[in-house]
Amino acid sequence: MDPSRKRLIRLTVALTAALLLASALIYTSFAAGRDELTASQLLQRARPGQSYILAGTVVNGSVKWQGQVLTFRVRDPKLHVSALVHYSGIVPDPFRQGRAVLVTVSPQGSSFIGQQDSLTTKCPSKYQAASASE
Amino acid sequence: MALIGRALLILGLGVCAYGIGASVYGGRSGRREYVDSGRRAVYALALLMTAAFAILESAFLRSDFSYNVVAGHSSTTTPTFYKAAAAWSSQEGSLLLWVWLLSLWSSLILFLTRKRVRELAPYATAVLLGFGAFFTSLTVFFANPFATTASPPGEGAGLDPLLLHPSMMIHPPMLYSGYTLLTMPFAFAVAALVTGRLGADWIAVTRRFALAGWLFLGIGILLGARWSYTELGWGGYWGWDAVENAALMPWLALTAFIHSIMIQEKRGMLKIWNASLILTSGTLAILGTFLVRSGVLDSIHAFGASTLGIPFVILIAAMVFGSVGLVVWRREHLRSEAHLDSLLSREAVFLFQNLVLVSMVFVIFWVTFFPLISEAVTGTKVSVGPPAFRPFIVPLALVLVLLSGIGPIIAWRRVTAANLRRNFTVPAAVALATLVALLVFSSSASRPFALVMFVLGAFVLASVAQELWRGTAARRATTGELPPVALGRLMRRNRRRYGGYVVHAGLAVLLIGVAASSSFAHSSDVYLKPGQTATIGAYQFHYVRPTAAVSPQKLSFGAVLDVSQHGHHVTTLTTSRGFYPAQDVTLGVLGRFFDGQADSNVGLRAGLTKDLWAVANPDLSPLQPLIDQGDKIFGAAVISTMNQMVAKHVPRSEADAILAPLWQKRDQAIAGIAARYISHPWAINFRLIVSPLVTWLWLGALIMAVGGLIALWPVPAPARRRARVAQRSDRSERSERSERVGSGAPVPAGSASLAVREQV
Repeated sequence: MDPSRKRLIRLTVALTAALLLASALIYTSFAAGRDELTASQLLQRARPGQSYILAGTVVNGSVKWQGQVLTFRVRDPKLHVSALVHYSGIVPDPFRQGRAVLVTVSPQGSSFIGQQDSLTTKCPSKYQAASASE
Repeated sequence: MALIGRALLILGLGVCAYGIGASVYGGRSGRREYVDSGRRAVYALALLMTAAFAILESAFLRSDFSYNVVAGHSSTTTPTFYKAAAAWSSQEGSLLLWVWLLSLWSSLILFLTRKRVRELAPYATAVLLGFGAFFTSLTVFFANPFATTASPPGEGAGLDPLLLHPSMMIHPPMLYSGYTLLTMPFAFAVAALVTGRLGADWIAVTRRFALAGWLFLGIGILLGARWSYTELGWGGYWGWDAVENAALMPWLALTAFIHSIMIQEKRGMLKIWNASLILTSGTLAILGTFLVRSGVLDSIHAFGASTLGIPFVILIAAMVFGSVGLVVWRREHLRSEAHLDSLLSREAVFLFQNLVLVSMVFVIFWVTFFPLISEAVTGTKVSVGPPAFRPFIVPLALVLVLLSGIGPIIAWRRVTAANLRRNFTVPAAVALATLVALLVFSSSASRPFALVMFVLGAFVLASVAQELWRGTAARRATTGELPPVALGRLMRRNRRRYGGYVVHAGLAVLLIGVAASSSFAHSSDVYLKPGQTATIGAYQFHYVRPTAAVSPQKLSFGAVLDVSQHGHHVTTLTTSRGFYPAQDVTLGVLGRFFDGQADSNVGLRAGLTKDLWAVANPDLSPLQPLIDQGDKIFGAAVISTMNQMVAKHVPRSEADAILAPLWQKRDQAIAGIAARYISHPWAINFRLIVSPLVTWLWLGALIMAVGGLIALWPVPAPARRRARVAQRSDRSERSERSERVGSGAPVPAGSASLAVREQV
């Protein structure tokens, strides 16, 4: 076969493969991606049986253990609205009140059940330790 | 000293500006004295940054809290080892570390190339000083590590407890070394494009730096994974976090580059590809630095939101548009001197491997940035987690492993039936035997991807072993050396080739570990009281007793677990969760000691076949009534004592002595409350994991690092001379071949000399 024709065929095959990969990737991202909701959006949109990703800040003083269940409230960054979350399982080390978190939740009554292993916490830039001058 | 530190930074910025001007002028005018002056500006920058970094380190070691950065990231109770590492836990200190490492590597490469590639050096110097100027200006204008306060606090905030890990000393410097080393080939590639000298010279002088960058970045990534596995208490080693991905992308692109430059060196092919790859790798390195610093994507590693995003976006945009512009401008010079003879050849395998690696980079880039892309397109921020990576990365990784087995044993130029029989029979037979053994003796068939990875891993190991065996046997036949001596000398004389083979073997071992541990791990979150047992896989985890420890730094609550299998004791695991005191006094005099930042101490028994992993997540709420009671008592006592001190006008210098007995009682109360965790134990949460072959992952990574070091180590002088002769002969052959192609004369199908020049 003519070498230039051969190269053209190879290029076409490679570009087609790249196009297919890119299309699959774009489709998968949009299909697998899930909206991050604030507490106020979650309270408006939540439907029983559905799960959502809740993003926000853990409200100060809201973190309580009830047996093996951790309860805390996640605040909307812009509004004075928060959602109550019940979470079972291992809690990430950086989790604390005042920290930004992401958690997958499903509505149950007026609160939300956190999906196991779905709680992630953004690490703060620095740690504030006790002051010795106290 | 802070003033001197800041002056050094400003001086450094001035030196960068001068060096860029001198280098470009010297390069354009051909005046060597200006080129040399530009190079010496890099040396000067290295000296200035060394002095600046020494001043900062000294401030950390002295706990000089007049430096804001020291007060914010260290304390008098921080162990000295971590005080030294705390410098780069801050945004400001890590930027200074970046520019310091950049100046050191730049000085090294420019010193080594001072008598070579004279046309390229001035422009490469200008690019390197451009990076230096950018990072120095960040420390001067945006994140000053030498900012001070007139009234320093008595104590610093301390280092984030999650950073109190030995890896803190090595992991960030390794990553930064990788990133900064990557800018060396980037700078010389830009210089080659600017000058139009696009032969293999720029590759020859930067190859070792690219390899060192690959090695450092790889070690940094590995240490991060190990840190995550042993410290963060979630049981995994890779979470597809944005910052992890930021380090992985340039590493993958660099892996592709290290392979494809061999094709350019041997055949004069893939010039445009190599230039694009290294420009992409360099840009990805800056992108990684940007991701950590800008807070643009949610990550557990990021420094949080900052003002550095815009300068980085400007730099990255300049790098992208500049790179594309240069490649398009020089496209005629970047044409290949030869064409691919066959799709069944080593060149083609390298090319496929490059395409797979670049596809991986593209997938990781897309999915990592998808939340931003989605927000820009739809207005809504979207989360995509690890599941979005796996459908693409897993098949691509399988193809990559297959190619890493084929690469070392397939012939250059065009494969023949004899080559196939000779080189592929044993590895294929080993792979087939592995497949049969796994199907008959294991349950691997239930996880097809893992099964395929095991089989392909066996193929790679067999192909590498075959190459080492044949090389050793050939050497023994001529020298009569003992097998270990022959193997050692074989590798010593051809480090690049055999180092690469060792890396391939390490990759196979590593990916076997990843496939096994991600497909066959048993993990469960359980809620146990002392005396209760949970069964995980084939193991019984028995909660023996709780543990508690009180130290000035933290309170620890944990558990001792006895692990057995079929009634036989296997090991005892001790795990705990540490609570560091919070600074927030509203949490109570006692309460803040129980409500601060936590970190996990993982109970781990690592083995060649499986790891037993446990972490406790104790709920301290049963202690809350005692803590509340203590807060009331001590809160009242503190207020009363303070009031008395105010009434008596007690000087501030005596306040600590007056309060000391109260703090002593507080510490006793805390110890008493903590003791209740042992005397009245209750059920707590555990995560228990039985994971196979995790050790193979670390072992594979270690083998890869050893292989990288072998490839990186300087070639002995006689071998280097032979290699130069071979390279010259190769070039003249290529030139002759090009002339023949041009004249229509017949071209030989193969070249015996090519087969022996892999060491070049």
